[in-house]
Amino acid sequence: MADLLFYVLGGVTLGTAALTVLSRNAVNSAMFFLLSLLATAGLFVLLDAYLLAVLLVLVYAGAVVALFLFIIMLLDMQGGVRPPFTRATIAAAVAATGLLTVGVLSFVKRAQLSAAPVSPDLPVVGATLKSYAAQLFTTYLLPVQVVGFLLLIAMLGVIVLSKRFEGLEDIK
Amino acid sequence: MAVIPVERKPLTLAERTYIPQIVHGLKTTFRHLVAPNVTLEYPEQRPEIPGGYRGVPTLVRDPNGREKCVSCQLCEFVCPPKAIRITPGEIASDSAQAHVERAPQAFDIDMLRCIYCGLCQEVCPEEAIWLQTQYSMTGYTREEMVNHKDRLYELGGTLPDAHLKWDKKKAAEDAAAHGGHH
Amino acid sequence: MDSSLYFDLPIWVRVTLQGVAVIAVLFPLAAACSMAERKISAWIQGRPGPNRTIPPFLRWIPVVAPVLQKLGLFQLAADGGKFVFKEDPIPGHVNKVYFVLAPILAMIPALTTIAVVPFGAYLDSAGRAVPLVLANVDVGILAVFAVGSLGVYSVILAGWASNSKYPFLGGVRASAQLISYELSMTLSVLPVFLWVNAPGGSGTLSLFDVVQSQSQPGFWGGMWYGVLMPISAFIFLVALFAETNRQPFDMPESEADLVGGFHTEYGAFKWSLFFVAEYCHMIVGSGVFVLLFLGGWHPLPWVSLEMVSGWLHIAGSPVLTGALATLLFLGKVVAFIFFFMWVRWTLPRFRYDQVMTLGWQKLLPLSIANLIAYALAIALIERA
Ligand code: SF4
Ligand code: SF4
Repeated sequence: MADLLFYVLGGVTLGTAALTVLSRNAVNSAMFFLLSLLATAGLFVLLDAYLLAVLLVLVYAGAVVALFLFIIMLLDMQGGVRPPFTRATIAAAVAATGLLTVGVLSFVKRAQLSAAPVSPDLPVVGATLKSYAAQLFTTYLLPVQVVGFLLLIAMLGVIVLSKRFEGLEDIK
Repeated sequence: MAVIPVERKPLTLAERTYIPQIVHGLKTTFRHLVAPNVTLEYPEQRPEIPGGYRGVPTLVRDPNGREKCVSCQLCEFVCPPKAIRITPGEIASDSAQAHVERAPQAFDIDMLRCIYCGLCQEVCPEEAIWLQTQYSMTGYTREEMVNHKDRLYELGGTLPDAHLKWDKKKAAEDAAAHGGHH
Repeated sequence: MDSSLYFDLPIWVRVTLQGVAVIAVLFPLAAACSMAERKISAWIQGRPGPNRTIPPFLRWIPVVAPVLQKLGLFQLAADGGKFVFKEDPIPGHVNKVYFVLAPILAMIPALTTIAVVPFGAYLDSAGRAVPLVLANVDVGILAVFAVGSLGVYSVILAGWASNSKYPFLGGVRASAQLISYELSMTLSVLPVFLWVNAPGGSGTLSLFDVVQSQSQPGFWGGMWYGVLMPISAFIFLVALFAETNRQPFDMPESEADLVGGFHTEYGAFKWSLFFVAEYCHMIVGSGVFVLLFLGGWHPLPWVSLEMVSGWLHIAGSPVLTGALATLLFLGKVVAFIFFFMWVRWTLPRFRYDQVMTLGWQKLLPLSIANLIAYALAIALIERA
């Protein structure tokens, strides 16, 4: 049963993720992304990581995709002809794919997935509030802070970028 | 004209939180919630019609049962939306009313057009047309909404004022014919 | 009463039965809310409200039929029937898939959140309280927020798929408003959970534990969180109004400037789904507020369910205590829904910029300050 669910949810996750990238209509993309996130949350539930599942739904499905949709609606992006990829885009895409591949490969190689002893009473980190919080504030404190800082920088960057247009005439 | 600048008082903190005002409003609405209703249960309860009400225009008879309208057609002319249509008719010479000038043969008021302005009542020299207390005119067809003469008299009834102008005139004429004073 | 018969049933039968039972309460409650709304609006405005409809074949019943007629119950049935049988057109200019999907999406979160909201508790033979809830998950409140936050999609999609300007504006407003107030709402309940999760505990976000922690012995322990944390309760209340799109925050459908907002192009059955979803949202939202701040199924502050069932000598019977708790809880929820309606017919709608100012510049800083203040206070208390 759980195995079957895993394959179904995994299939949905991957399929909708692909459709997110491939669909021409931006709203369709956003909705596929939403489905993909929900399926991922389902996968978390299969792992007994209820907290993570709920957080994923709350933050990503509930707020982030809603913001995406909001922006799509506001800018009224209905698809249409896509501008051809520039050389810079291609280079960036190749670099990103390379980095991702390296990341995934190193993750697969270094994480001792098979070596870890699987015992039923091992606390699942993402399952309860307490274990999750303990990990967050001890083992992963630095990464969390770094990521938070990164987000802050991104936010500041957005503010700076959007403010710069104020003096220009052609924006009106 | 002198301009008096009125200083707008700055809002207090309590006013700016808006909460005392909301509480006050809630109190007001709650008072209304428990207060008795102010509406009428219309078809069962009818409103009291005040004096001078301008309802459906009707035709009236005098206390002797004579139709007061003499079909002068003034109302037809004055009616702004042209709701009135009158076909004047002669009174048969052997009738008891023969001394009256004329009477309408047909008198239609189209209540789909009437705007209840009351000009017909105002203009009528015979006080024959009155806007009375009838206020609900309904019907399923356009035809039903036209009040014909019978219906107008049925709605109008009798005007109790005993002017009896035409009878007095006839009496005076008769007296003159007999006495020969004039 | 022999309850072992019930517990012998297979688990999926029991779960289905429970789910059907909850929905069988929620739906009529939502429908009754819509009639209550009309009645309360009428009474506040000095009118009697709908009080005429009655099917002719029921007229002969002496006392009951006229009372139901006066309460407008047959009107409710007639309206429901109308929604079902009326022609349900899909305008030609809409995006059909999303247009049909949106009302369905509105119902899903409205009906799903109820699964994790405990609506009562019974005392087992040992005198311990056991929650009555469809899914007693540890992440209770987060699950409510998470699933509830999905409700925004129905509004956005309805607005976008309608492909005309008023629904579109309604959809845009709704998404901005819902996201803005979600922040304050989440922040406002944090002090409650900080207080519940005293150090040494297992760490919980369950609504049941929140209710139980409002009935501890002692002056502070027995106090409801609405009294203990009035600012949290206030922020949550305001955000709840905004999240359920109730006046004075019903921006998405402000009929004065947007015709009908996101559901302008909808009619008949699809429209009624939005309508019912709004009331379901309201019921669940009221339920959560009652659980968090008004003591859940405990009758009064400092008077817990256990004490009352002791006084009534029903403590030994799980069925009776469960019924008592559920009734108390439902009573509070109904009272709270009345408050929703009372406010709706009292306050005028805010302007959109006022809604945004209130959300971002007033409530958000207030809720952050509130969180910090309570965190400090709780830290000090724990240290002492
Ligand atoms: S109702 Fe009066 S104004 Fe009209 S035709 Fe008759 S007498 Fe003339
Ligand atoms: S009330 Fe006015 S509109 Fe109506 S019939 Fe008389 S003159 Fe015409």
